[in-house]
Amino acid sequence: MPLEVRRTANGLQLDLSGEWGMPQFASLESQLETLDVGSVRDVRIVTQGLTALNLSGAWALRQFLTRAGAAGAAVSFDPAPPDQLRLVDETLKAAEPAAAPAAAAGEQTPSGPLAAIGRWTVDAAGDLAGWLAFFGRVTTTFLASLAQPRRLRPISVARHVYDTGITAMPIVALIAFLISVILAYLSAQELRGYGVDIYVADLVTIGVLRELGVLLTAIVVAGRSGSAFAAEIGSMQLNEEVDALIASGVDPFEVLVVPRVVGLVIAMPLLTIVADLIGLTGGALLCRYLLDMPLTQFVHRVQESIAPTTFWVGMIKAPVFALLIALAGCSRGMQVSGSARVLGHMVTVAVVQAIFLVILADALFAILFMKMNI
Amino acid sequence: MQPPVVEVRGLVNRFGGQVVHDGLDMQVERDEVFGIVGGSGSGKSVLLRTILGLQRPQAGVVRIDGLDITQLTEAQLRPVKARYGVAFQEGALYSGLTLLQNVQQPMIEYLELERTALDELALLKIRLVGLPTDAAGKYPAQLSGGMVKRAAVARALALDPALLFLDEPTSGLDPVSAAAFDDLVLYLQKQLRLTIVMITHDLDSIFRTCNRVGVIVDHHMESDTLQRIVDHPNPWIQAYFHGERARERTAGGQHGA
Repeated sequence: MPLEVRRTANGLQLDLSGEWGMPQFASLESQLETLDVGSVRDVRIVTQGLTALNLSGAWALRQFLTRAGAAGAAVSFDPAPPDQLRLVDETLKAAEPAAAPAAAAGEQTPSGPLAAIGRWTVDAAGDLAGWLAFFGRVTTTFLASLAQPRRLRPISVARHVYDTGITAMPIVALIAFLISVILAYLSAQELRGYGVDIYVADLVTIGVLRELGVLLTAIVVAGRSGSAFAAEIGSMQLNEEVDALIASGVDPFEVLVVPRVVGLVIAMPLLTIVADLIGLTGGALLCRYLLDMPLTQFVHRVQESIAPTTFWVGMIKAPVFALLIALAGCSRGMQVSGSARVLGHMVTVAVVQAIFLVILADALFAILFMKMNI
Repeated sequence: MQPPVVEVRGLVNRFGGQVVHDGLDMQVERDEVFGIVGGSGSGKSVLLRTILGLQRPQAGVVRIDGLDITQLTEAQLRPVKARYGVAFQEGALYSGLTLLQNVQQPMIEYLELERTALDELALLKIRLVGLPTDAAGKYPAQLSGGMVKRAAVARALALDPALLFLDEPTSGLDPVSAAAFDDLVLYLQKQLRLTIVMITHDLDSIFRTCNRVGVIVDHHMESDTLQRIVDHPNPWIQAYFHGERARERTAGGQHGA
């Protein structure tokens, strides 16, 4: 045992021995803490057997001595107090190094549900204003660079079309295929009961072209590229790369934000065409093998069912969704500061907001098209 | 007789065709401040990473307190890692934790302590490296460059190690802060009887704090006491200690001597 406690006539004798290091610390600390100093007059500490005392051990000893001193006991050492004890004393008693000027005494912040609603409203309004400002800045930067096409960064735009569009094709195609098969299968089950399973083709066509093709593409892209935009720009913020751009007189909106927005606005409609094609293929295959509908008949039904606007009603949404996703990703990325935790938070917020905005916009489109009777 | 604190024998590190170390020897004795010097790209950081067990060498032996760490498994390395502390060049403080939590993190990993003991011990380490108490609640992003360096040392000292590794501790500091940091190194070495291994470029730092210096030249290490290494015939070492930037120092006499 590194610590032996003996009760003497008028106090305690502590024999310290061996090594007082980290492995022993927890047990020593609890042993010292449980020592009763209530009726102790005299504490004698024998350090002859001590081979090593680390700082934490010295701190634990000091805690005990402070407690004993407060209880009125006199402390003596045999042969001498260890140096480490003095070091702990000096460190804790030393004048504080010049601290940064203390923050102004905390203002009284009101609490309670009403205040919370108020604060939330103010935050939301600020957020909205931030959104508008960001959108405005992207727009003006874009318009300004239209005058000088070189400032549109065509190479960078092409890279983003590739990253967000070409590489997303397999997953977008797979999801479009599966969802249209599910849609066709479900409607076939229901319509067969009425003997009108021929209309499965209509349902799949209109469902995929108007809604599902573009919406699913947007959700996949929000998860893939919205998060990538936020993470890329956010880690550049953490690394002070954005500051380096600004310091060298380059507008980060011009080199980082606009190429991503433009790239995605180009890539999304292309992806939507892929999703539409594969979705129709999936519907056709299911009709062929589950309902024994010949392909020629499916194609005929498709041509019957679509209005001239059907395809364009879906396509027109693609660039709008792309804009929302890119803006959400880039704006959150630009807001990153400080730490890796903020980065993770902002990427999460970017994806959640992108998906929310896409669905909100889709609902608004639905109402608009209904009013326009298309 | 006790084994050297750190002993490296015949170390070979290669990345693809690029040779970094080829039969490097190094030895650090107890209670000394050992400086590692070398040109950019000479493999100082690779050497440190090898000693810390962050990467395995192609050949050679690395002993810490007599234990060959290249032969140990991760689980066997754990108690060895509790015996040394490392302060990385950029601090490598966990950005999501406050300074106090940063210092507590190794303690929580290795020890079972109560909240109050943890707080007070961590605060003791923070005060020991000369940081004010109110810095404890701050996040690394809120600390200045000099404070981050000290905070990294505080975290390295969390488990009261006997061996401390410092990677370029004074780089990026102004001369006054760097000198204050040198003082801190000397103070800690003396008070805690630490063995310190320090990678540095800073000639002032070397002359001020180091007892012995190892210079990495041509994939090997030449090490000797500070007084003797400055007269080593190797041209790079000559250029290093007697170059334009060092002339004033050597002409003006040595602090450490």
